[in-house]
This record gives sequence, C-alpha cells and structure tokens, in this order.
Amino acid sequence: MTASTLISAQEIAEQALSLSQADDCMVVVTERSEANLRWASNSLTTNGAMRSRQVAVVSIVDGGSGAASGTVSRSGSPDLAELVAASEQAARDAGPAEDAMPLISEASGGGNWDDPPAETSIDVYSTFAPELGSAFGDAAAGGRLLFGFAEHIVTSTYLASSTGLRLRHDQPTGRVELNGKSPDFSRSVWAGAATQDFSDISVGSLTDEIATKLGWSERRIDLEPGRYETLLPPSTVADLMIYLYWTGQARDADEGQTVFSKKGGGTRVGEALSDKPLTLRSDPQAAGLQAAEHLVTMTSSPAASVFDNGLASPAIDWIRDGVLTNLIQPRAWAAKTGTAPAPYVDNLILEGPGGAGASTEEMVAATERGLLLTTLWYIREVDPQTLLLTGLTRDGVFLLENGEVTASVNNFRFNESPVDLLGRVAEIGRTQRCLPREWNDWFTRTAMPTLRIPDFNMSSVSPAS
Amino acid sequence: MQQIDPSFTALPLRELADAALSRARELGCTHADLRVERLRTQNISLRDARLESATDGEDAGLAVRVVHEGTWGFAAGMALTTDEADRLAEQAVAVARVSAAINTDPVEMATEPAYPDGTYISSYEIDPFTVPDPDKIALLVDWSERLMCADGVEHVQSMVLLAKDQKFYTDLSGTSTIQQRVRVHPQLTAVAVDRSSGAFETMRTLAAPAARGWEYLTGDLWDWSGELAEIPELLREKIKAPSVQAGRYDLIVDPSNLFLTIHESIGHATELDRALGYEAAYAGTSFATIDKLGTLQYGSPLMNVTGDRNDEFGLASIGYDDEGVAAQQWDIVKDGVLVGYQLDRNMARLKSFGRSNGCAFADSPGHVPVQRMANVSLQPAPDGPTTEEMIAGVERGIYVVGDKSWSIDMQRYNFQFTGQRFYKIESGRLAGQLRDVAYQATTTDFWGSMSVVGGPSTYVLGGAFNCGKAQPGQVAAVSHGCPSALFDGVNILNTVTEGGR
Repeated sequence: MTASTLISAQEIAEQALSLSQADDCMVVVTERSEANLRWASNSLTTNGAMRSRQVAVVSIVDGGSGAASGTVSRSGSPDLAELVAASEQAARDAGPAEDAMPLISEASGGGNWDDPPAETSIDVYSTFAPELGSAFGDAAAGGRLLFGFAEHIVTSTYLASSTGLRLRHDQPTGRVELNGKSPDFSRSVWAGAATQDFSDISVGSLTDEIATKLGWSERRIDLEPGRYETLLPPSTVADLMIYLYWTGQARDADEGQTVFSKKGGGTRVGEALSDKPLTLRSDPQAAGLQAAEHLVTMTSSPAASVFDNGLASPAIDWIRDGVLTNLIQPRAWAAKTGTAPAPYVDNLILEGPGGAGASTEEMVAATERGLLLTTLWYIREVDPQTLLLTGLTRDGVFLLENGEVTASVNNFRFNESPVDLLGRVAEIGRTQRCLPREWNDWFTRTAMPTLRIPDFNMSSVSPAS
Repeated sequence: MQQIDPSFTALPLRELADAALSRARELGCTHADLRVERLRTQNISLRDARLESATDGEDAGLAVRVVHEGTWGFAAGMALTTDEADRLAEQAVAVARVSAAINTDPVEMATEPAYPDGTYISSYEIDPFTVPDPDKIALLVDWSERLMCADGVEHVQSMVLLAKDQKFYTDLSGTSTIQQRVRVHPQLTAVAVDRSSGAFETMRTLAAPAARGWEYLTGDLWDWSGELAEIPELLREKIKAPSVQAGRYDLIVDPSNLFLTIHESIGHATELDRALGYEAAYAGTSFATIDKLGTLQYGSPLMNVTGDRNDEFGLASIGYDDEGVAAQQWDIVKDGVLVGYQLDRNMARLKSFGRSNGCAFADSPGHVPVQRMANVSLQPAPDGPTTEEMIAGVERGIYVVGDKSWSIDMQRYNFQFTGQRFYKIESGRLAGQLRDVAYQATTTDFWGSMSVVGGPSTYVLGGAFNCGKAQPGQVAAVSHGCPSALFDGVNILNTVTEGGR
C-alpha cells in the first residue's frame, strides 16, 4: 500500500519476476476500470466510476516430494519485494501440491503485451444516459415505473511467468437490465441485454419490450401449481445451463459427488443426457461473446489449477448431440484419470443443429396451451444427486392459448433439474445472445435457444410480483 | 485490548481527507465523504486432508461520495495520494453531472451528530493474520484426518475464511472515524458415497461464522472435537435414513437452521430500500411495505425481532456506519407486529424516520454504500422451554438442524429450505433421521404458526459471510441470533418426488 501509481502493469510483472527466488514464479496483474448507473422509479439511485489494480504472485517451490504453490495478491502498487517474499513463504508452508504439473512455457496469441491497459469511463453512457432520461419521462407520462442497472467493466489481464509466458487479455463486459412496473408494483416485467461496449444497446427496443409485456400483464389470472407445458426463453435457459456448467467438474464427478458421477465409479462422460441433438459448448472466439483464450487463475480447485496458468482454452463441446462429452478439469486430474484437460471458458452456448430453429414468437404461435416465462430467480441446489434446483419465476409468466398471449399468471416456485430438462425437451428454438438474470454478476456471455418443456414442475405459487 | 494496526493509522489519512473534502467543498457539494479502506482476506481449503489452495489477498483503496446539486456522485481509486483524493472528488462531481439527466429526486440526508474522533475495534483475542500458515493448515489437516479415518467417510472438504477490515471515514460535517473488524469462518464437510447405488450424502459442521479471532478454532468457544467425533455416525445414519413422506408436520427449527430463515424472510424483508423499490430490478422488493408499518401482523404474538449493530460478536456489528451514523439497536417486530425498518440517512429523511439507524455499508473501497443488513435476531422467550422440552411436546413432527440450501422470492413471501439433518419426532421423541426433506412456506403464514419460542438457553448466534445485494454486487457478513422454535403444520416436500422420480 504505497503511494506510487506511475509504474506500469508490465513493469510490475517484470520486476516481480526478477525479485523471485522461487523455482518458478507467475505474476498476474489485472487492471480494471468500470462505470455504472442504477435507477429506480424513473430516477437515479446510485452510480460510480471505479478503477483498480490487483497484483497476484504465484510462487512454485520444491515441496519435498513435489512442487508446492503459494498465492498472495495485493491491490494498487504494492511493495513487490514484500509481495514476492510472502508468496514464496506461502509456497514453502503449503507442502507438495496434488495438482503439480510442469508450468506452461509456450503459448500462441496472447495480445499486445506492451500496450497500456484498455479502459472505460462514465462517458460510455454519453448516449445511453440521455436516452434513458427521456425514457423516464415517457414512462412517467405513460404511468410506468422503470428500474434497472447499466454496467461497463473493462479488464486487462497480464500474465508473466518465469517460464517465458507474456500473455495479455482485454475483456470488456457490459450489461443492462430494465425492469418495468405499474405504479402499484402489481405488474412487473423485465428486459435485459449483454454488450461489449454499449454501442449496440438501444434504450428504445428495451422500453418497447417493457411496454409490450406490461400490456400483456393487464389481464391477470391465477393458476394452481402443477406441471405445465412451458416455453423457457433464452435468459432462463442460460441461468439453468450455467449451473449445469459450473457443476460439471470432472474430479467431483469421479469422486462420486455430483449428478455427473457414474454408478459404480467414474463419470457419465459418453452417456446420452438427451435424445435431442443439443450441443452445449464454449468458444472463446464466438462472435460477440469473445472470452480469454488462455487460462488465468490464482486459486487451485477442481475447476482450475495455478500450475495451468497460460494453458490454451480452446473451443470445446461439453455436450455434443445430447451426449455428455467433457467435464471441466485441469491437467493434473486429466493425467490422473487418463483423459484430456478441459479448461473452463468464460462463455456458454446451447444450440440445436446449426443454432437454427424457430424464433420465440414462432414457438408462441405454435402453442395451443402453455406458459411463457421471462426470467428465473433465486436458483439454488436442492438435491445434488440429481442436480434438482429450486427457484422462482420472475417478471412475467404469460398464459399462451391458441398461439397467443392471453393473460399474465402468478409467479411460481419451480423444482427442476437442468440435466433432467435436457432429457425432456420437446422443441429447441433458434439460439440467440442473451443476458442471464440470476447469474449475470458472474457470467454474461451466453447464447441460448428458447426450449419447449412439456411438463415443467411448478411446485407452488409465489404471491410475489 | 487490541489496537488498530499501526500500518493503517500511519497512512496519510488526514491529508487525504483534507484534499478530497476541500476540493468537494470548492466544487459546491452539499455533502462529501471520504473512505479509506484496507481489506485483508485469507482462504484456505483442503480436500481429503491435503491442502488444495491457500490464497492471501489485500484490497486497499479510497472512495469519495458527494451530493452535488441534489444528485449523488461516486468515484473510487487505489492510490493513497492527495492528488488522487483531489481527482476522485472532481470525478465524483463529474459522475453526478452525467447522472443529473436521470435524477428526479433531490438527495437529502437525515441529520446525525458529528463524531470527530470515533474508534471501534471488534472483540477478538488472536488476530488470525498473526498465526503462521503452517499452524492453520496443520489444524485443518488434523480435523480433516479425524473425519477421513472414520468408517463411511469417503471424502472431506475443509476450509477456513479469514478477514480483517480497516476503515477510515470522514465527511464535511466533521465526523471522523476509524475502525477495525476481524471475522472467521471455519467449515468441514464429510461425504459418504455408496458406489453400488451411486448415492451420496454430506454432513457439515454447524459452527457459525463469527466476529472472533483465531481463538474460535483453538479455544473452547465451540466443541470442535465433539462435533468432529459425532459427524461420521450422523452421516452413516443419514445415508441409510428413510425418505420423508411429504405432507404437513409440526416443525421444530434449531437455531443452526432458523438463523437463515430469519435472514431471508425477516432480515431482507425489512430493509427499507427494498420496500421503496430501490432493489426492485435485482434483489427485489418486500411484501412489508411502508404503509403497513405498525399494523402488519408479521407473525404470532410470540415474535419479537430486533435489529442490532452492537452485538459483541455479531458479523454486522460496527461502531459507525459508512455515513457516519453511530451503531444502534431497535425493534423490527414487536409482539408479532412490524414496527421498524433498516435505514440509511437518505431514506430516514425521505420517510420521516428522524434519525438513521446506521445501516449504510459498502463492502469495499470500490463500492458505494447501500443499505445493508444489521444483525437481525429473534428474541428468546424469557421463561421459554429447552429444545428437548419442545420435542417432548410434539406428537408428530420433524426437527431440523443446520442450514443447507435456501431460496425465497423477490417479495420475500414464498421460501424453501433444506438442512443438514432432519429428525422424525414421534410421540415426543426423536425417531431417527429422514432423507430428501425440504420445507416450503409463505413468510407470514410461517411466522404466524410459531406456537412455542425456546428459552434463553437455546439461543445461538448464527450467521453468514456471503449475503449478496445491490448492483454492482456487494457481499456482507451478518449474524442472526435465535432460539429454537416450534411451527405448527408446515408443508414438508419430498425432494425426490419433486424431481419427478
């Protein structure tokens, strides 16, 4: 915690490496800038423009019977000698690591190492904020209240290692959520979008969606709990698939502790989870969803190993044509089980053949009687054995009759497993970029189809609106 | 008596304050505050008694928040220099100017006396960051091995989260406070796997996270040896237990489970920012709207709930909040009726509460303060029964111990919880564990069905490190004290049936 800010991220990385007396050393410098606006009832509530830097040092030392690692991170412009020494001490204290592997020494790509960090500022909203201000005026005139949040974050991550890696990744992450309510809060609907730079965000199209759904909500009927034919739109599918993805870690499955564990031992890789041609995949180069092409982690877990820093994380299928094909795993666990490493990638795509299929509107038109959801909320695991999740419908449950929206319906608590749902899908819609609702604090880069589920389990009624 | 770490008090806090506040004053701000914070964390995790990860982090920075021409502005940075403090004051005003286009409610704040020299240090004996890492790891290895060597335990996950926060706050009114808080969260989970059937079950320690030091792990504050010795047998019993028959049961909820139900169905529901809609697009609103203050029958007349920032070992305890308001205790539910909310200064003024009760909190130097939860606690009945006496009074029921999963809707009506273990109660006695249990209810029905409140001997302070709220997301630690309590005719689900199997 010193006063200087003049030293660059690259200089910090090089200096820390040169100070290291460990067998090996990795330095990760993350430069982050962000700007946000938050509003409620047609007026600003909070805002901010923030900047931060984190410096993490991972030291590798001989732990007696194998390599040991220790990670220490500090913000700002820390005393590097102190930081590197603390990291080395942590490694010496740790003892041999179960996930020890030779460090990565070669990587292709990796960005322009020498460039200064990418950044954002409050000015990213110079068009958006006035448009939003006039939308507040329109909403007030039309008897609607708008709530929501806009955020733009840009990080530049620099990874340098004593084995020669110099990798840099710039990651823009943007999101906007708009919630519209009637003045008495009895009707509530949502629209949201992920973005890289806000240039593709139209306040008008978001407010149009809000106005349409508030219109649909003017006729309200009550339905009992039960199993309903249900159209799950992309945002809801994203929230369910993200949970599935996070749960899909090979070691946990191998050790018999998840829905992906095979009876008798091992994992369910190779098993068909669905008889539909569904593919769940990640691709760091997917258009509009670009993510890091190399793994960077400060912490070892079943999902990633510090020894794998710099490992290429290419496109990968987690489920291919309905068959479970990969579970997330670092190199060490893959070596132990005689399989291939499968690094985590920070985006997720679910699609039918070619991502084609009917639009949500076409699926609505083809529905005789069913429910159309908007978003899911408060999703938590009830039974890890089946990955049974509970949660709520939120901001718009609509009754479909003879191909049209005819009313809005009370909210429900659901109990469903995303793995089970894949096995029960009746129709796969067209894949499109979408913003997950529940998990968008951690995961925004998704493209999902609308799914038709013949018998979605609405366990009880929620009086919430 | 602990002291604020000299390395924090040695920072140029006065100079930073002068730079930020004088610049804000020059720019015409009616309110300006500066926070300087340093947050130290350590997370140690083990898998099957081997160290998986030990990470040590420190996050330091400063933030300026202003009210400029009636609009909030906030800016945060890292460099602890007067130039940066000056720049952040300017930037906060720039943020206020951009935001003015979407602000229709001029900001006003409830008054609070100035505290020119406030100090708070939480109550702990051993600063966990002074304990050598090998000692910490060795303790977790020892505990993990005790579980690993027991029959039926196939895997063990153990972890400890350690945190120390330091915060300097000052504002234009003349308040200047400095605070240091320490907290710890140890947790071990044993896993049993039946390879032939593919079934698995877990059993976790019940020790709550607490605003205490390392002595929580090494002293006699919690019976670690006793609990670790008990877990394998509890786990063996659980994996062989019969599946519950769904239906209505009288439910005795142990404090190790009830704290979380309080958190979700009372703590969040009585946050005034939720009731006013500030969280409407994210965390949600509340059924307990302000027009119902003083009249809403929240629960049975046995229900008395307080908000508290003073509890000695409470995770949300402080000396002063992030708007310079001194810590307080107040009633939220009295004799079953809603009588209070959790407030910050803007809302206290807006809704004519007079004074704020000190619930403004930012989880890091990079985040703006928002209304966050106090230690919200259910008071025991002064002459109430023990848990055993409560069980003896139940003909057909279930006794739930330990929290596990939780979910509640965006207006805090409909909730569903599971637990570490559920015991069948038959004719006033425990009759073995049950599997596949969840309880589901509506908040006011549930608290309305509370027919017995346990006595002071059953009272335990529970809590969590990971309460989430606001956008950008903020995390806060909070404690909830409660006795055991009996709820009549609660809806019990069978989670296997719910899964359609």
